Amino acid sequence: MADVTNRPNEQNFRRPGGSVSRYSPALSLALVAPLMLLMSVGFLYPIGSLIKLSLFTPALDLTSYRKIIEQPIYLSVMARTFRIALFVTITSFMLGYPVALAMASLKRRLAAAAAAAVFIALWSPVLVRSYAWIVLLQRNGVANNVMTELGLIEAPLKLIYNEGAVIIAMTHVLLPFMVLPIFAALRSIPQEYVCAARSLGAGASTAFLRVTLPLSLPGVFAGCVMCFILALGFYITPALVGGPRTLIVATLIGQQATVLLDWPFAAALSTVLLITTLIMVLVFRKAFSRSKGFASVD
Amino acid sequence: MSIETGSPRLATPLAGSRATVWQRPWAAAVTVLLQGAVLALILFYLVLPTLVILPISLGSADHIEFPPRQLTLHWYRQYLSDPDWMAATWFSLKIALATSLAATVIGTLAAIALTRGDLPGKQALQALSLGPMVVPHVVFGVALYLIFAPLRLTGNFVGFLVAHTVLAVPYVLITVTAALQRFDFTLELAALSCGASRTRSFLFIVLPNISPSVAVAAVFAFLSSFDEATVAFFISDTGGKTISRKMFEDIDFNLTPVIAAVSTLLAALSLLLMAAIRTTTRQH
Repeated sequence: MADVTNRPNEQNFRRPGGSVSRYSPALSLALVAPLMLLMSVGFLYPIGSLIKLSLFTPALDLTSYRKIIEQPIYLSVMARTFRIALFVTITSFMLGYPVALAMASLKRRLAAAAAAAVFIALWSPVLVRSYAWIVLLQRNGVANNVMTELGLIEAPLKLIYNEGAVIIAMTHVLLPFMVLPIFAALRSIPQEYVCAARSLGAGASTAFLRVTLPLSLPGVFAGCVMCFILALGFYITPALVGGPRTLIVATLIGQQATVLLDWPFAAALSTVLLITTLIMVLVFRKAFSRSKGFASVD
Repeated sequence: MSIETGSPRLATPLAGSRATVWQRPWAAAVTVLLQGAVLALILFYLVLPTLVILPISLGSADHIEFPPRQLTLHWYRQYLSDPDWMAATWFSLKIALATSLAATVIGTLAAIALTRGDLPGKQALQALSLGPMVVPHVVFGVALYLIFAPLRLTGNFVGFLVAHTVLAVPYVLITVTAALQRFDFTLELAALSCGASRTRSFLFIVLPNISPSVAVAAVFAFLSSFDEATVAFFISDTGGKTISRKMFEDIDFNLTPVIAAVSTLLAALSLLLMAAIRTTTRQH
């Protein structure tokens, strides 16, 4: 969000006694008051209570955090979470870059078809898409049916409730968040750069590798960070497609909070996930402070 | 972000190399064909889940059957006649409409103050109000459950309204702030200098100019609430559950084609509303 006070046409209206075109502090405060009330009651208070619960029971007590580090099962859940998030980010990049490139460079109709596919995926509710992946991958699901009919396999394969299924379904959910920033970066590359490279004798692939690809890297970076952050905290898809043996941090939090009712432990896991996410967002914002960052996606 | 599909202007391996075409024409043709096939496969992967639920919802068998042998609307009728599904649908609809209204009003007022007002701590407030987009929904859901359970706000309309408004407000803020930054405030100044009051100039000059974006924000807020599943999973209970929570439970316990019918309707609603937003915003 740009700082509007720096606009030259506004400076003209600033007078010693304050500006007519700007709202007074009192009025501004009245306008943001409902938002501040909502955020403190509905956001800061619950999150704060959760963090407090992870630390105090009621005296300072770090057992829950120690449990995460000391018990190998929870460390392996952490490791799996990072592994899945990393895999999903890499596959999203490998599948997303060609789509973004097609949207930015193909002829009108083909590019529109690619964009339509991305938006159909993006706009379908996450729960619906996760359900669809169950329908596709389960034992008597669509994939197994089709392969059996075609004679490719004799007995149905076990395609669901494992890490592979989680990666396939999560990549699908997060792919649009990779495609759109890369597409925005590709579109902002001035046409002349590529023309210059070509007229100086670069082949299409050289021009791509030495001009287009490097200039699109900010978009790639934005897409990758966004995918990774979203993948770390994802709940619905791994809960449905992963099954009980593919626990990641988010589903472990859900299990501890709703089934095992170990609230301090669920709170500690939540705090760790929250802090990891916040650190990544801050690093990301720092790296992108001069460019548009998140704004390019909306 | 506006997607306007352009002419081939970027260097791209998809187009093949002219030099190669001249020297080894069939090799280049094979490359282009392979690249096209890979692209087609990725696009197929993108649309497959959304497209597969329609035939499943129309199949007559009571398990998942693909391709369906006989087409029927039986599962849609079952959805419409099931009191549990209907209760969940109405509950979700009520929450989504109220959320849309609350988030749009709160978000629009705040966006005006944040773009036009002299306010100390503006940056901090902006960062805070985008917080719900960053915090993992599972963390927010568990945190709310912790607060709501002792207050008996689980499965409660007010509880959902607060939770979903927090989640929807960032979308409204971003959309309306963008509109306000495009608006030429000398127009408002003109109204003020002609003697209009602050309220009058806002209602008759500013609001009509940003109203398309406010409408878009309201639809975003509605959909973000109606399709929200993670937080709803934690703050629902047997007395009050949203359509997404009901779906989540049924997927886990009895996977009937009714879920496919509900999924198809939900996807159709989201796709239609978002496509409508896109076509209207593109005309501006």
